[in-house]
Amino acid sequence: MSDRDRVPGGPTGDVTGSGAGENALEFRDPEKANALAERAAELVAAIDAEQVSVMHVCGSHEQSIAKFGLRSMLPDGLELRMGPGCPVCVTDMPEVDEAVALAKAGVTVTTYGDMLHVPGTSMSLSEARDAGADVRVVYSAAEAVEIAEKVDDEVVFFATGFETTAAPTAAVITGGPPENFSVLSAHKYVPPAMEVVAAMPDTEVDGFLAAGNAATITGWGLFEELAEETETPITVGGFEPLDILAGLVALLKDIRDGERTVRNAYPRCVTEVGNEPAQEQLWEVFTTESGEWRGIAHIPDANLVLRDEYADVSARERFDIDTEPLSGTGSSLVDDCICGDIMAGRANPTDCDMFGEECTPENPVGACMVSSEGTCKIWHEYGGRPDL
Amino acid sequence: MSGDDELESAGVVTLEQGSGGKAMRNLVTDVLTAGFPDDALPVGRDAMDDGAVVPVGDRNVVMTTDSHVVDPPFFPGGDIGRLAVSGTVNDLAVMGATDVRALSSAVVVEAGYPESDLERLSNSMARACREADAPVATGDTKVMGNGDIDGVVLNTTGLGIADHVVRDDGLSPNDVLVVTGAVGRHGVALLAEREGIDFGTTLASDVRPINGVIAEALSVAGENVTAMKDPTRMGLAGAANEMATKSGVGIELRQDRIPVPTDVKGASEMLGLNPLQIANEGIALLGVDPTVAEDVLDALRSHPDGQDAAAIGKAIDDEHGRVLLDTGLGTRYLREPATEPAPRIC
Repeated sequence: MSDRDRVPGGPTGDVTGSGAGENALEFRDPEKANALAERAAELVAAIDAEQVSVMHVCGSHEQSIAKFGLRSMLPDGLELRMGPGCPVCVTDMPEVDEAVALAKAGVTVTTYGDMLHVPGTSMSLSEARDAGADVRVVYSAAEAVEIAEKVDDEVVFFATGFETTAAPTAAVITGGPPENFSVLSAHKYVPPAMEVVAAMPDTEVDGFLAAGNAATITGWGLFEELAEETETPITVGGFEPLDILAGLVALLKDIRDGERTVRNAYPRCVTEVGNEPAQEQLWEVFTTESGEWRGIAHIPDANLVLRDEYADVSARERFDIDTEPLSGTGSSLVDDCICGDIMAGRANPTDCDMFGEECTPENPVGACMVSSEGTCKIWHEYGGRPDL
Repeated sequence: MSGDDELESAGVVTLEQGSGGKAMRNLVTDVLTAGFPDDALPVGRDAMDDGAVVPVGDRNVVMTTDSHVVDPPFFPGGDIGRLAVSGTVNDLAVMGATDVRALSSAVVVEAGYPESDLERLSNSMARACREADAPVATGDTKVMGNGDIDGVVLNTTGLGIADHVVRDDGLSPNDVLVVTGAVGRHGVALLAEREGIDFGTTLASDVRPINGVIAEALSVAGENVTAMKDPTRMGLAGAANEMATKSGVGIELRQDRIPVPTDVKGASEMLGLNPLQIANEGIALLGVDPTVAEDVLDALRSHPDGQDAAAIGKAIDDEHGRVLLDTGLGTRYLREPATEPAPRIC
């Protein structure tokens, strides 16, 4: 045996192309994708409009669209934009300030990793942690409860996200958490925000591609009222490239035909009624309240707050949260951030002068560049639509 | 402002500055070499290539040096000793210096380190030297107090001869991009080992000297090999972006042509990593003139370390300094990772 034969780490197992190709996954098949893209082009051509605008409302949709370069497959006359689909991005600065104030007051604050670097008025949670506060990253609401079970001190879960994370938060609250555990809810509810954005005078929305993950809980039936009120067709779509393209084709058909209906293009996961026990739990614990979505608007009934029956686990009831010392001015760059316009579907990241210059994932100015669900961070990684 | 930024503004070195990206290049030019006298070499430190070219008589001597701090020191497919020899040999090879004349070996070790581990590392270095046909000619040994250093640090310096020096800035539009093997093995194997994740597969680092397989390509294509880099820390994405920027061209890669082992693909999905942005220690990225692309592929595949060689894309006269990735569905940019996915993997 020669030395070379004994080389460790020689070719192991199969080697295939790194993406779609001979071993392509069922939902990434290029032939099927091309056929769907052609169908989309035909439909757009058949629609009597200079430009057709479709809005999706989910960071996971944007990740898939950007990662697989789907925009470059679509016809020029179709604009596919992300709306208010990043829960971290729409968390308002005063909400971050509340969490920072609690952390600085000596309370253990637990939250999802993406929230750590979101700028507050004068500092982020990660800066509070660097200054000595006890801030911990968790992957679930249940993990925050586990931390509380191990210590005697107060543990607050700074809860963010849409229905997909609000339901698990509700579950730990009804599950009887330890007495030292409380929740600072910044949970949001998407449908009212879609309605507000659709009605904005300078936002064009001919159709919504709704998020399949949230719909697994809410069911697609939830969107019927919204489609009627906004006079806009809605299709619920999944997250693999073919899911998205098939969802777009279904939506474009409705736009062409002037239908104001809801379609389910993600039937392998989403039903009309959704996960009813999860909904029951969600609405048992939470109710909606009007509130500010960062950079977008004051939105009626789109913030999820704890019902009075659960006031004893509400951090806002338990602590006298004083955000006054945090007031003042943050970075002056923040004034130039167009994150709000991007989330309202009025602008693309490349419309921002700071994109990729002053504002990068290493030094983010706005929340859209912080979160892995944020449009700016996703476009910084994958680009938007290469200008070929 | 993140923690790292605070350290930076406080005038303290941050981990990001060691990751091989832009932050590190700035540290080198602004702090480490700012006051050094001019080197007056055809390829010197300003080029920030894989090695320097020192003309001696009518020969091109290529010189390079590398320190290795990998954690853990023993990992599936290799160890820090094998890495120390391979890393330096490969940096010489991608400059065209496949004929390695001498290596140095400097060892800094923590008091209390098991002698048996040192012996294993030394044997591993010896084996890699035989594979590369590269003798160790000199060395140095230092022992530091317990806790003053984490285990063992190895530094190797290499001298090689290049008949024809290959740079990382020589791509022209239409040049074909070729990888000598499958991507992603080293980084994914290291991370899986460190995270304690057993994927129940043969996931192993690709660490090996590749001067032999590169010599095969150079022997058939000579100066028609227009650019070379070994895609180590910042992965294939980092190497391709650097080549595109330095050459003043764009690069278009086809994802379905890029060889990725099935086990790397699976583990990457689970760890949330992109195999194209993950470190390799046993492959090279070549730019070759289109007229010789087939010959180069045949030559590479004739060598045991080049079985998975593939033409993965081409240089274009558009999108200068950027890398486009045709995903098989649409096209997007492939960026150099902003920060290293994990520190201390080489």
